Amino acid sequence: MDLSALGSCLISPSCVITQSTSGLIIGLLLFLVAAGVSLIFGVLKVVNFAHGAFYMLGAYFAYSAYQLSGSYLIAVLAGGIGVAIFGVLFERLLISRVYGSPVLMQILVCYAMILILDDVVKIIWGADFLSFGMPPAFQQLPILFAGGVVPVFYLFLIVITLIIAALLGLLITKTRYGKIVRAAAVNPSMVSALGINTGVVYASVFMLGGLLAGLAGGLAAPVRSLTAGMGTSIIIESFIVTVIGGMGSVAGALVGSILIGLVRSFGSIGFPLFTEGLMFVMMAVVLVLKPSGLFGKEGR
Amino acid sequence: MTSRNRHAVGRRSVLKGAGAAAATAIAGFPFISRAQNKPIKAGMVTIGSGRGAMVGSASSKGASWEIEKFNAAGGLNGRPIELIVRDSKGKPEESARIAREFVNSDGVDILFDADSSAAAFAIQEVAKETGVLTVHMNSETSSLTADPKIRSWNAFRSARQGIHDSIAGGSYAAEVSKTKGLKTWMGCSPDYAYGRDSNKLFFEYLKHFHKDAEVIGESWPKLFQPDYTEQLTKILQTKPQAVYTCLWGGDLTAFIDQSNIYNLFAQIQVFAINIADYSILTAVKNLPKGIHSGSRYLSTFPATKENADWAAEYRKKFNEHPVNWSWENASGAKFVTEAIKKTNSVDPKKLAEAMSGMTIDSPFGVGGKLTLRAEDNTLVNYATGWGETIQKDPYVPDVKAVDWKVILELEHEWKKANKYI
Repeated sequence: MDLSALGSCLISPSCVITQSTSGLIIGLLLFLVAAGVSLIFGVLKVVNFAHGAFYMLGAYFAYSAYQLSGSYLIAVLAGGIGVAIFGVLFERLLISRVYGSPVLMQILVCYAMILILDDVVKIIWGADFLSFGMPPAFQQLPILFAGGVVPVFYLFLIVITLIIAALLGLLITKTRYGKIVRAAAVNPSMVSALGINTGVVYASVFMLGGLLAGLAGGLAAPVRSLTAGMGTSIIIESFIVTVIGGMGSVAGALVGSILIGLVRSFGSIGFPLFTEGLMFVMMAVVLVLKPSGLFGKEGR
Repeated sequence: MTSRNRHAVGRRSVLKGAGAAAATAIAGFPFISRAQNKPIKAGMVTIGSGRGAMVGSASSKGASWEIEKFNAAGGLNGRPIELIVRDSKGKPEESARIAREFVNSDGVDILFDADSSAAAFAIQEVAKETGVLTVHMNSETSSLTADPKIRSWNAFRSARQGIHDSIAGGSYAAEVSKTKGLKTWMGCSPDYAYGRDSNKLFFEYLKHFHKDAEVIGESWPKLFQPDYTEQLTKILQTKPQAVYTCLWGGDLTAFIDQSNIYNLFAQIQVFAINIADYSILTAVKNLPKGIHSGSRYLSTFPATKENADWAAEYRKKFNEHPVNWSWENASGAKFVTEAIKKTNSVDPKKLAEAMSGMTIDSPFGVGGKLTLRAEDNTLVNYATGWGETIQKDPYVPDVKAVDWKVILELEHEWKKANKYI
């Protein structure tokens, strides 16, 4: 524990800017995965443990698209769209068969999918880790602001993920589709009785979750090493975010993700040996004070 | 009567003998022949899945190629070595279970541990309990063979050792520090046994060779951590003149990619012991120049025809560059095959006796020789050195070899300080 270092950092503009940017980037990439997890749980009541593997697939799809096209934009879109399609297939062919089954059965199906996807990645892309490489447009010196260091690529990621978060928020709160999804989360029988095909709604939620995870994989690929199993660590943090933010709440996922990012970033200065532990402490505090999460609804 | 009886007995004996000879001719020889051709079983425990999958891939290739050569040359009187490879998934408890299964169910004659250091200690216990000949081919944690309480008569290490690399690294870093006036240092190594051990020993020997060096900060990312932003920003805030890291594999490539966007390598001298290995050098798309690294495996170091030829043949055979695990496993397998040839046996006691102190011709050794030191069953005299990266092949053009005399002297003192001797 180094509280004096943390104190010095908090009164230094350069340190605050550098660490805040760092926290935002950690948090916002996490948000893209956690939002999908939260959405799927909120609507379908399925704890999708395979969501980390979706993120991994997105990164690999993006890698291949980048190799073929040389365009980072095409790569990110390929990651997002590819996993969105995969998400629909996963929901229709597998998960839809275990709706209403005990949670253990759902977890078993998701875990099996993680193992299968890890092996598929090894077969197609090989067991060695892969490096995407920084797209030439972002191979620039970082921006210096009030003494703080902000990499250009991270600035781009922050802006793009905030735009995606805003669009997602609008989709869920302001559109007819969003209303249907929210209604399906509360009372699927009534939604069905109104003549809406809930099967299509469920598949679309998986598609949306897959799209977000795939985009996260594609966006992060230039600064992450690609390996089979790379989704494992992010899924654990995503569940922490979901617990902190509240199950099923996209706004909660955003706030929870940014909180996790900032805790990790400033925690590495003040609590270098306990950074990981801080996330769990924060989760425990939220569970004690507000068991449904910061934005979760009681008794859901 | 006596004579007749004796004659009769003799006749029966002859008949029995003829029958036995005929039976042997029909069935016996093939039986003996089958026994003679029964493969020698070698079980390899390694990581075949997850983020460490590359360990298993390179390790099994290195060992299997050497075994292939042994088998092609006739094996042990016609008995080939059959290599069985199993995946521990990087879990030490699984490694120990597989090792036991190899010995108890598969009846292996030789156990190859091509797993992580954490697994090596668990497998060492299996080696001690069962007495099977064991070769640790990847573990670099020094105490595995240095500590007499852990060491075992039947277990050898064909991998490089942390203490050797730390002395070599400390010596090189001190020279660079003195030349460039580097005084303030920071460590950023993975938070597990190898990372802690390597970080501590590197700075110990840096200070031994350069008294003015001062460690002003430490950062401990988790093993397989995907994002190093928090560590990088901490380094930027701490503002050391130089950083040491023993991150490896995919973790190291992510660290390099993320450091690049902070322009870290232009601001701080980075000493990354594990960069000079083709697994990293060819994987990183934007390899910065001027990173200091230890030689894990390079086809240009040692700069001999034998080493270059071995690398070229490996690449032709497997369609990829050899890496550190390739040469370590090839060496381990070669020590075993040489011992089998020398003793004409697979008896663990005879093999261990032959391997203890054994020197073999090898492209990876200083002067073309590698030795399994008798006093602690560990590899010495392998080529080790440090140099600076450039962006293209040969990646580290000028590797400065570190004198083994210095390494051995300081290792001896380290052993005494730790009460190993």
